[in-house]
Amino acid sequence: MIFVGERINTGFKDIKQAVMDKDPQPLREWAKRQAAAGAHYLDVNLGAVSTKPEDMCWMIETVQNTVDTLISIDTNKPDILAEAIKVCNKPPLINSTTAAQQKLDAFLPIAAEYQASIIGLSMDESGTPKSADARVEKAGLVLAAAMEAGIGPERVFLDPIVMPLKYMQDQQKEILEATRQYKLFSDPPPHIVCGLSNVSNGTTHKKLINRTFLVMAIACGMDAAICDVLDGELIHAASTAELIMNREIYADSYIKT
Amino acid sequence: MEIADVKENWTNRINTVTIGATEPEGGTRARTVTVGGETTLPLLNFEGEIPHPPVIAGLVVDIVPEDWPDVLKSAVGDEINSPADWARKCVEEWKADLVCLKLLGPDPQGRNLSRDDAAKTVKAVLEAVDVPLIIWGCGDEEKDNEVLPECSQAAKGENCLIGPATETNYRTMGAIGTADKHKLIAEAPVDINIAKQVNILLQDAGFSLNDVVMCQVTAALGYGFDYVYTIFERVRIAGLKGDKHMALPQIANVGWEAWKVKEALADEDVLPGWGRLQDRGPRWEAATAAGYLQAGADIVTLAHPDSIAVVKETIAEMTK
Repeated sequence: MIFVGERINTGFKDIKQAVMDKDPQPLREWAKRQAAAGAHYLDVNLGAVSTKPEDMCWMIETVQNTVDTLISIDTNKPDILAEAIKVCNKPPLINSTTAAQQKLDAFLPIAAEYQASIIGLSMDESGTPKSADARVEKAGLVLAAAMEAGIGPERVFLDPIVMPLKYMQDQQKEILEATRQYKLFSDPPPHIVCGLSNVSNGTTHKKLINRTFLVMAIACGMDAAICDVLDGELIHAASTAELIMNREIYADSYIKT
Repeated sequence: MEIADVKENWTNRINTVTIGATEPEGGTRARTVTVGGETTLPLLNFEGEIPHPPVIAGLVVDIVPEDWPDVLKSAVGDEINSPADWARKCVEEWKADLVCLKLLGPDPQGRNLSRDDAAKTVKAVLEAVDVPLIIWGCGDEEKDNEVLPECSQAAKGENCLIGPATETNYRTMGAIGTADKHKLIAEAPVDINIAKQVNILLQDAGFSLNDVVMCQVTAALGYGFDYVYTIFERVRIAGLKGDKHMALPQIANVGWEAWKVKEALADEDVLPGWGRLQDRGPRWEAATAAGYLQAGADIVTLAHPDSIAVVKETIAEMTK
């Protein structure tokens, strides 16, 4: 399972304030905590705080000066990506492109040039698909375009776009079905990722819903998640699901891994 | 007709482990031995890289192994009475890549030799040969915990491969590996889950898995060989798929196990139709080794000079 730590995001008040004040301490703190919890990537999101690429670069450099965990550059702006990727010490994960041609044309060449991995959202300018079939179609477009650009499926992370359970209950089965079908796209298959916390938006039992959804998605083939890596019960449930799927070899201390 | 491409794209590389230290590296060895680094299964060098061919460790025992059959004792010759001479013969005559010193003497069920005796033997063998050394305890955990730290210190800086580290003694072994700069053998009792567990425990104790070679209590052909073969293979596949706790080189202690089974020991009158005992033992040992090499072993220990010669050819065939 590939865990992407979600916490270095200006959507959180402490990070927003830190970026505005150029105070590295909160970023360092969250970088350390998430790395220690086993995150494979640390998502870095500048959000709406600034449109300046140098602010994103500052965030990434602050994280890289603290831990050597891989970076996930979270932006939908090609100009920010183009600058941010230059300061990454190792090939990052780009979060994210959509299936819209304009986005693919902007993001894929950068990913190819820097040997980066890239998240492909199964949506385009017309919005988020409502059915499993439409999700498969959009994700297929992204994967084909990535492979065309020289980015192998092992570097593509398809995202079926997770919807809030509370408001879109009927979508959950469609998302899981799309996940199941993504796995059949290629051999080796692409990675499948989601922004997990979307599913529990607005609910009371957030952690339980996140955990349950992730376990079900793993059973359908999901192998990556952008999530709260400090939620021990979530990580343990995911590790257990991987054992049940026979993707990992059991060991008594498996939840320490 | 186009033939479908069936190559696997493994995502991970097996760790590379170097044993032995030359003078600039703080030891006294003339050369080092490096194993691991594979990006594919054995034999499939069209699919990925096998940068370091498997190696043979000549098995030397610190005391005369009384249980060994005459056919093996006489093949070793008079040198069986001196571990240093035996080691020298292994390297100079039989061309073993490294020496595996089995410390049977300290076994409390047998001679119960002291840790000082064991350390002296380690020093004598290190002086006699200039290849890297594997130091293998007697298997009695309590005694190994007493003996191996002493031997580790006697070989300090030589970057030996020392074991076995198990589910219960991993802390002691991790500590001596770190203190005296040695590599470790992580051992499990024919159990892939415990194998992974030992590695996790070693890592949690602060010992890097880049310095570990995995081992299953190796079974001889006909005596659980198939179980161990399967584990070697599953470990390697999991490692190539990205399981960092399984992406380690593996050692098969063939020389120690193959000579315990009736096929390698029983006279012709007991096993009529099985061929001459003289040939049968070495063949049993060599066949066991060939099997493990195909399953993913990076190091095999061998006792009989004829098996060493045959397995050298096997390795050359496998990696050409």
